[in-house]
Amino acid sequence: MAAIYSLYIINKSGGLIFYKDYGSAGRMDTNDSLRVASLWHSMHAISQQLSPISGCSGTELLEADTFDLHCFQSLTGTKFFVVCEPGTLHMEGLLKYIYELYTDYVLKNPFYEMEMPIRCELFDINLVQAVQKDRVALLGR
Amino acid sequence: MIGVGKVKQYSNVLDRPLSKGKQEVSLSAFAFLFSELVQYNQTQVDNIAELERRLEDAGYAVGARVLELFCHREKGNRRETRLLGILSFVHSTIWKILFGKVADSLEKGTEHEDEYMISEKELLVNRFISIPKDMGAFNCGAFVAGIVKGVLDNAGFPAVVTAHFVPVEGQQRPRTTILIKFAEEVLAREARLG
Repeated sequence: MAAIYSLYIINKSGGLIFYKDYGSAGRMDTNDSLRVASLWHSMHAISQQLSPISGCSGTELLEADTFDLHCFQSLTGTKFFVVCEPGTLHMEGLLKYIYELYTDYVLKNPFYEMEMPIRCELFDINLVQAVQKDRVALLGR
Repeated sequence: MIGVGKVKQYSNVLDRPLSKGKQEVSLSAFAFLFSELVQYNQTQVDNIAELERRLEDAGYAVGARVLELFCHREKGNRRETRLLGILSFVHSTIWKILFGKVADSLEKGTEHEDEYMISEKELLVNRFISIPKDMGAFNCGAFVAGIVKGVLDNAGFPAVVTAHFVPVEGQQRPRTTILIKFAEEVLAREARLG
């Protein structure tokens, strides 16, 4: 079964504002997750500069031996990325859906401060459902 | 009439006819506006009770206006004069037009004669709002409570209206109950009318 290892959301200056891990593989402590977040932020920026194509929006997929990293950057510079088992499908769709949840349950929440860590109950609830739904969809095939 | 066309454009809101317009408003636009309303009021207060009161006041102004408008639109300038009449007007007519659906339930309080409750599984204003733990029992439904209070007060049924979260068994999210406590004079009048 293809699995999602973890999900990160980083703000436009590279700070980790949301982190969640799923399952036992690839579990990290807080410091490591912060490090991965800022590392990815920098690598993403560098890849944008190095790209031979002008107007490149940065790395969207990193394929490693033991994991895939899918990244989605919103127009405001907030980045969403998932680390998952190699070859997991439909991650772009999931990331777009997570972005939708973020705009609904985080940005429309008057008690959320921009660029700060996300602590919204409704976002968590809907995120769990989205990830589970995705797993069911993958299992059913 | 000058400028008769298929679609008339009114530059001034006061020139528009009072009859039904387009009934739909973007939920996102409303959610952002409401979020700003809450955030603005949060900067103006130093405790939660005060914030609740300010939201209620904002709703009160809406309630006073919708009562006038809907009595004209829906009821041909007639207004409910009985307790149950006005409650079902709030529960059905007003809820339907403001939130696109009838409220989930309207109940009479079991402990007190003067209390009524309108319950909603997921109040429209709370759709995207998560209350932080440190704010305790604060409920943005205070705005809706204010609307209800505005309607009731101006219809001649003074009442104290509050919004509360009520946990539901087997549900992750609590529902919101709008508690209406009528003034003594209202019940005395009802009793007199029989």
